[in-house]
Amino acid sequence: MNAPLAVVGYYEPWWMMIIKSLVVFAIGLQLVPIVLMMERKILGRFQNRYGPNRVGPFGAMTPLADIIKLLSKEEFHPRTSIGWLFTLAPILSIVSAIAALALVPFGNVQDIFGTPTGLYGIDVSIGPLYVFAFGAIAFYGVMLGGWSSGSKYSFLGSMRAAAQLISYEVAQGMALVGVVITAQTLSLTEIVEAQAGMWYVVPQFVGFLIFMVASFAETNRPPFDLVEADAELVGGYMTEYGGGRFALYYFAEYLNVIVVSGLATTMFLGGWMLPFGIDAPGWVDPFVVIAKILIFVVFFIWVRATLPRLRYDQLMSFGWKVLLPLSTLNVLATAIIVVVTD
Amino acid sequence: MTWNPGADVVEVTRGPQQAGGAGGFYRAFGETLRGLKTTLGELASPVTTVQYPEEKIPVYPRFRGRHRLHVFEDSGLEKCVGCSLCAAACPADCIRVVAAENTPENRVSAGERYAAVYEINMSRCIFCGYCEIACPFDAITMGNDYELSDYNRSDLIFTKEMLLAEPLERAPLRAMGE
Repeated sequence: MNAPLAVVGYYEPWWMMIIKSLVVFAIGLQLVPIVLMMERKILGRFQNRYGPNRVGPFGAMTPLADIIKLLSKEEFHPRTSIGWLFTLAPILSIVSAIAALALVPFGNVQDIFGTPTGLYGIDVSIGPLYVFAFGAIAFYGVMLGGWSSGSKYSFLGSMRAAAQLISYEVAQGMALVGVVITAQTLSLTEIVEAQAGMWYVVPQFVGFLIFMVASFAETNRPPFDLVEADAELVGGYMTEYGGGRFALYYFAEYLNVIVVSGLATTMFLGGWMLPFGIDAPGWVDPFVVIAKILIFVVFFIWVRATLPRLRYDQLMSFGWKVLLPLSTLNVLATAIIVVVTD
Repeated sequence: MTWNPGADVVEVTRGPQQAGGAGGFYRAFGETLRGLKTTLGELASPVTTVQYPEEKIPVYPRFRGRHRLHVFEDSGLEKCVGCSLCAAACPADCIRVVAAENTPENRVSAGERYAAVYEINMSRCIFCGYCEIACPFDAITMGNDYELSDYNRSDLIFTKEMLLAEPLERAPLRAMGE
């Protein structure tokens, strides 16, 4: 008898699991066009312009038009590319992003159709590890995509991605260790419940800052978007992609932003809890979580509008020489405080 | 032996040295927050975009747009006498004038002759305004219209009738002192 990899905290009958996964999938994919549109509109306002406003009322149908355009394009394939890897890479990217989304808890256990149902994809006893495992698989999407394109810009982009993502994942993981030590659990729902008294953004403020900075690097967002660096690398690992495959990469990128925002919400901003101890009915919980996610997304856009892209050596030395020692110190200090006060 | 640059060496002046290490990190953090504050201010400031086809920036009175040919307001006769001075002045060689004699039965212009054919090729015109300067009777002037794009080149040859007619869509004109 093999030991299970992870203990599932709570599970429902099989039909409820299927409905739940479909709903989480649908909501997650609906958030992507919303975030895309938010980004373009808010970034426009930051730069004193309107942003897209031609398709539909206030340009609201622009993402739909984009998707139709991308899906109706030719599935182009460079002659130098490695066929099946070239096709597989974007699929890996989006699958890992959607799999990570399953972990974000949108609410506590609720009574739906007489069945107690957790408002999340799955609650496992290794929450953050699961997310990082799928984050690691997402690297393959980026690296294989760049390498199998057979183009030097794609290759350079994927090499940068490999170095950048690996060095920042360490700091990001270490930043979460502080939260895990404080909450003394790896289950994301239990971490949220442990924040009933005080959100972890207050006691774990340094961890929160490190997590946010590392998240920018993890999701390839400016100022750490060296992987795509349009000015020098054309488009990075996705240079050779077009049509539906490009749409997959694009979706995965924004889905990653949502997942990271959801993770930050869960870990530091008290998940589905409202501030000042307001006790809302259970059906409000998902809206609270989505609102918090969108606040994080706005912050991502705000930073994109502000900071210029870093130079590559600055990026690496910042990751290894500043963030990693800082997060290690944070973990040490948290551990000592938890042991002393316990 | 190293080359002696002599007196040509210019001393490089550098700004004050900024703190590195922990102080530099603190400063960088503060500067980041300052940058975030600046962009937030831009978020609150009004949008400068002009929604072009719907709203247009009015042109100045001396704006050199599409040409207009004029007639006398009282008699309705054309001001152009077909002298071809505009065609001679045109550096882009885009004006074609064919003159004809006025007769008592067919009186078109106030002078002895009139322009039987007056064509301006707008795809060649550089909008320099020399034709306007060359004209002794102020028969041709530069108008305000600048929306001249079309689907084929032959449509860009403006005939006398088109130049005499009021433009269909008029560009807004700036009022005095605006």
